[in-house]
Amino acid sequence: METTRRDFLMVGTKLLVMTAATASALERVLAGAADAAAPYNTADHWWAMLIDVEKCIGGGHCVRACKTENDVVDEPMYFRTWVERYHIDMSDPDHPVVDSPDGGINGFSEKYAEGDGKTFFVPKLCNHCADSPCTQVCPVGATFRTNDGVVLIDKDYCVGCRYCVQACPYGCRYLDPRSHTADKCTLCYHRLTRGMVPACVEVCPTGARQIADLKNPNDPAHEYLRTHKIQVLKPQMATGAKVYYNGLDGAVR
Amino acid sequence: MPGVDGFMYPNEVELQWSVLIVLYPFITGLVAGAFILASLERVFNVQAVKPTYRLALLTALAFLLVAPLPLQMHLGHPERSFEMMFTPHTTSAMAMFGFVYLWYLMVVLLVEIWLEYRRELVLAARRSTGLKRLFYRTVTLGSDNISPASLRIDDRVGRIVTIIGIPSAFLLHGYVGFIFGSIKANPWWSTPMMPIVFLFSAIVSGIALVLLLYVVTSWIRRAPLDIVCVDTVAKYLFYAFLVDFALEMIDLIHRIYEADESFRALDFMVKTRLFTSQIVLQIVLGTLVPLLVLAGTQVVRLRDRLRIRLYVTAGVLTLIGILAMRWNVVIGGQLFSKSFLGYTSYKMGFATREGLLPAVLVLLLPLGILTVLVKVLPPWTSSEATHS
Repeated sequence: METTRRDFLMVGTKLLVMTAATASALERVLAGAADAAAPYNTADHWWAMLIDVEKCIGGGHCVRACKTENDVVDEPMYFRTWVERYHIDMSDPDHPVVDSPDGGINGFSEKYAEGDGKTFFVPKLCNHCADSPCTQVCPVGATFRTNDGVVLIDKDYCVGCRYCVQACPYGCRYLDPRSHTADKCTLCYHRLTRGMVPACVEVCPTGARQIADLKNPNDPAHEYLRTHKIQVLKPQMATGAKVYYNGLDGAVR
Repeated sequence: MPGVDGFMYPNEVELQWSVLIVLYPFITGLVAGAFILASLERVFNVQAVKPTYRLALLTALAFLLVAPLPLQMHLGHPERSFEMMFTPHTTSAMAMFGFVYLWYLMVVLLVEIWLEYRRELVLAARRSTGLKRLFYRTVTLGSDNISPASLRIDDRVGRIVTIIGIPSAFLLHGYVGFIFGSIKANPWWSTPMMPIVFLFSAIVSGIALVLLLYVVTSWIRRAPLDIVCVDTVAKYLFYAFLVDFALEMIDLIHRIYEADESFRALDFMVKTRLFTSQIVLQIVLGTLVPLLVLAGTQVVRLRDRLRIRLYVTAGVLTLIGILAMRWNVVIGGQLFSKSFLGYTSYKMGFATREGLLPAVLVLLLPLGILTVLVKVLPPWTSSEATHS
């Protein structure tokens, strides 16, 4: 069969069009595949938080952000995170005066004069304990520690017995009056698993809060933990608390 | 913040466990105590307490049936409570409740009561007609053999069940103590003494309750009191109370002497917010006074009537004291901050879901159930007939 110039152009154009379409389609497929190429694997992470007491200025941004991000009940008695102000009179260091007006959500008004004892702020949240007493006591296993070290609550399973609230040494849990189930900080798990930091960390103007992935060797948290004097709350409780404080005063409980 | 002194962690301001959770250990304690009293006759052959044997068993059953009710009323999601049985979390003390409860109810108490009453149930089934006959036939589970040989088997099996029942009663209430005693976050609760103290206070409260019920029901029936029986029960109440008091004092002295980091906070709480319920009601009126009264009846010879009045006084005060003890454990354990820097207060509602009214109704309900049980399974006439 003899190929005319006309036939050649027709076939050639058809092939070209088809190839372009195929190439473009392939590009899209590859692009899509590339998006899904980094799935979150719980085995690759071990979450903790670093709090630098010396950097906290008690502005309450974290408390407000947490309430908004996690739809925490607006009443003053329910907090996933809150800020405490410690004031220690040097003549009586064993008896600190502590306040946390509305969990520190609106910051703190001036109360102590410069040079009058020692005053500092301590942000608090769930310690996401490795050996958490709250998950131990849950009668149905509705609260549990994930592979990546975050303590969560299954609200569809919680019976609302409040045993976990009693078992937490740090006062981090409460019963959500809307769902009648236990509630507490999730370390913004919905954000962590999408590669974002918790809301409180995001908004802190002084960087007093840092999320730490202890399984990620490139996480700057390792360097921070190595070079600072770190303490956890109530170490005598042996809960494996994973909120690490820098500059925590011994009076804090 | 109103009701708060010093500093509480914000989430601590509101109490988690209400008066209903106070009733839970109180009621299960009465069950365990009543059963222990019943087993005195059955296992240890204390013949003198025989007139209270059946009443004690029925009392234990009536209160046991109500025991889970305050828990259910308290749960945020009572409709999910069955998950504790179907998918129990093995590290949770609370998850064991359903199993301990069912074991005690189905394996110990119901079996023992059924064996004890089988003869009368069979006779009643034979006597009656119609629906009543159907009812008795059903509760005899179809058995009709009341030959001496079969009754001997009943008696032997009943004894074995009671022997299993004693550690089960210990388990039931020791376990309730463990629920509190194992919470390391709470220094008011966290002590290995808790299950033991709970157990002995349970025995005390159960004996006191059966003593009172025996006196009151005899009075209602205008039947003569078996004074030897009452004396013996009161004697056991006294002994059990001495042990209980000693245990509680060991715990108290240990806490005071050791004076750990929580001591100042707890000491202050006992002297202020818990003063009425702990010092006045639990220790003085609920423990020292009844102990002195009971001790008096042991050493001084008194007329029968006066003695019975003193027993009743001691019994009532004992029950108030043990109820106050449960209150002080459950409510007291939530009044102070785990920061040891402040105190909150408990505001009990009245006609709310966890208020005073439902609490009173929950406490009265077992007495209603007992009234029905006593009608269906009379504990006295037949017991006097069978055992005489």
